Amino acid sequence: MKRRSIVKYAAVAAALSLGLTACGGGSGSDDAKAAGTVRVTLANHVWTEGIKAAIPEFEKSSGLKVELTQLGEDQLSDQYNVKLNAGSDEIDVMMYRPLQEGKAFAKNGYLADLTSKVSSDANWDWKDYQEGPVKATTADGKVVGVPIITEREVLYYRKDLLQAAGLEVPKTMEELEAAAKAIKASSPDTAGFVARTGKSAAVTQFSSFLYSFGGDFTDSSGKSAVNSDAAKTAYAFYGGLIRNYGPANVSTDMSWPEAMAIFTQGKAAFYTEADSLYKNATDPAKSKVADTVGFAAMPAGPAGSKPYNIPSWGLAVNQASGNQDNAWKFIQWATSKERTLAAQKAGVPGPRASVWSDPEGTSTYPKDLAEAIAASAKNGVGHDRPEVVTVGKAREIVGGPIVATITGADASAAADTAHEDFQKFLDTEKK
Amino acid sequence: MSVLNPPRSAPARSAGRPPGARENFSAWANRHRKWLFAAPAMIFVGVLIVFPLAWTLYLSLTDSQGSVRAASEFIGLQNYLTVLSDVDRFWPAVGRTLTFTGVALVCEVVLGMCIALLLWRPFRGEKWVRVAILLPLVATPVAVGMMWRLIFDPNIGFANQLLGMIGIPPQPWLSGQDTALGTTIFMDVWQWTPMVVLILLAGLTSLSEEPDEAARMDGANSFQRFFYITLPLMMPTVIVAILLRGIDALKTFDILYATKGKGGGSFHEVETLNVYAYGLSFDYNQYGLSSAVLILFFMIIIGSMWLLTMRKKAVSK
Repeated sequence: MKRRSIVKYAAVAAALSLGLTACGGGSGSDDAKAAGTVRVTLANHVWTEGIKAAIPEFEKSSGLKVELTQLGEDQLSDQYNVKLNAGSDEIDVMMYRPLQEGKAFAKNGYLADLTSKVSSDANWDWKDYQEGPVKATTADGKVVGVPIITEREVLYYRKDLLQAAGLEVPKTMEELEAAAKAIKASSPDTAGFVARTGKSAAVTQFSSFLYSFGGDFTDSSGKSAVNSDAAKTAYAFYGGLIRNYGPANVSTDMSWPEAMAIFTQGKAAFYTEADSLYKNATDPAKSKVADTVGFAAMPAGPAGSKPYNIPSWGLAVNQASGNQDNAWKFIQWATSKERTLAAQKAGVPGPRASVWSDPEGTSTYPKDLAEAIAASAKNGVGHDRPEVVTVGKAREIVGGPIVATITGADASAAADTAHEDFQKFLDTEKK
Repeated sequence: MSVLNPPRSAPARSAGRPPGARENFSAWANRHRKWLFAAPAMIFVGVLIVFPLAWTLYLSLTDSQGSVRAASEFIGLQNYLTVLSDVDRFWPAVGRTLTFTGVALVCEVVLGMCIALLLWRPFRGEKWVRVAILLPLVATPVAVGMMWRLIFDPNIGFANQLLGMIGIPPQPWLSGQDTALGTTIFMDVWQWTPMVVLILLAGLTSLSEEPDEAARMDGANSFQRFFYITLPLMMPTVIVAILLRGIDALKTFDILYATKGKGGGSFHEVETLNVYAYGLSFDYNQYGLSSAVLILFFMIIIGSMWLLTMRKKAVSK
């Protein structure tokens, strides 16, 4: 008897303590403004590393305290989904992907209007920003973000392998295919070509092939164009390169870390990828082939060399934050000309025209990469994925034929299926 | 004395003083003692379990998408009809969920039983063996997923190099459309069999020795003793193990997500219900549909739990 009552007491005590902890949680700090803090959420990126190291100087000059949260890409977008959906004011500054979440965030009213702020400081100079990136961080005529990183697709290649095979750097798609074929034939252990293969992940890197073959995801009237002849040829070409000259047993889930690993382990001759990731290939700590990597602009297809040229990341202010002025101070500092130059020298291509025209801006880049970037900036296309609200779903649809052709299915049939689904998707999104 | 029998008589008051509010409260508290003490726990359950469930149920009846705070319309059972008639993603996901759970469970229980029987009788070095067996259990599933992903990498992975040494051609493992689900099941078995071993070992050590000894006297061999004595006596424990592990396996997410990412791979090779619902929410922002999938999923879990509990009651009798 006695023992039973003790057990009951214990149970009640446990329940009480649980109840108390439940009540004790969730006290958001509304005093961020008063305390002079700014809460910043950033993605894992070379750019972030540079900013992180420089934050103390910002804290000193502004008197604000920076609370930094750093997350991987997927975790970051999940975090935003949860917090912004709940109308949380716990984020002031957010690093976001204008082409991935930009439209959705703007539509949901998650992003504060920065129009008056960007034009308030002539020294900071909003006009210095390249037109393409600015377009991507503008929604309904309002500026909702400041671009920080730009990207173009370039060709990474192995100088030593090309030399050994007596090949020139490919200038056209045909030459690329021929070179990949020759290298795969001469050394079966080395892939001629590697690139992203994941259904969603590959879409952005496939886009430059699509444009160079003369296609696009949608036509001028906003209808699906993924079953055009140009698109079908591009799908067949990209999938075929990987299927025929790619790594043995190629996985169809590769994003850039996996594809980059194959290239930097010395297991592939050609690799098409965003230029902003070049450090992964040229840094001896990360790459076995650091000293033999060369760069070139995207090979030309029937429509010329048309790589994407996009702002991959930007900084925005959370509409629900009660701390928007401090948030803007942080952005202003992090995107200043000096900081942009420093980031660019550390290997992150930026969006400021003045930094690109400054010789120091490209002083740390491999010469061939700087040339490839300059060429791509001239004839680049301003998007690398379908320009819609629910980008995640659209990418899965238009990426379908990529993985289908990699696994040996017919590109034309896969493109027709994708076209139907994509048109359906576009119709529901218009509603 | 039991705490739940409050004294019926009112507490004695000192003469001449009006009854104070405090005394009234304590009398009230005394009368409602069982509710008062249970209240924090009830509130806790209500806030953390009942409310989210009810909210999910409500969302599943609306066309909520894009943002949960955006205006959404009540559309009745439309989401359920959409989901239940979706033969591209939903039904295959149900099939994968059941396959994953079923195969993993059978492997884990059979393997777990074998290992538990091995560890049942004392032997030299059993301490070390026990520690070694429990190691996978203490690792974080996401880390386990990452580790196996590296091992099973088709090009630079250790698994294929090992196979190469003994002359077997490299396998696609996680990247093969037909082999991905099997590979993730293998990981689940690797990680969770120890838990089944623990439960079964606890059950074995609490068995009484007499029936076993009696059978031995009667000349039963070890197989007979296991199948006719040990196993029937162990059945309640086995069902507990199946119940605990089954619910967990149905809900598996971390291993799948860490190895194949969003959508369970490019061909949705390992897209179970949980991964599918996650993708609907976080990738497509279709909260109504996602909630409908989750409610159906919840019913599947409740249903399988109920079946197993019934079975356990029957066995325990």
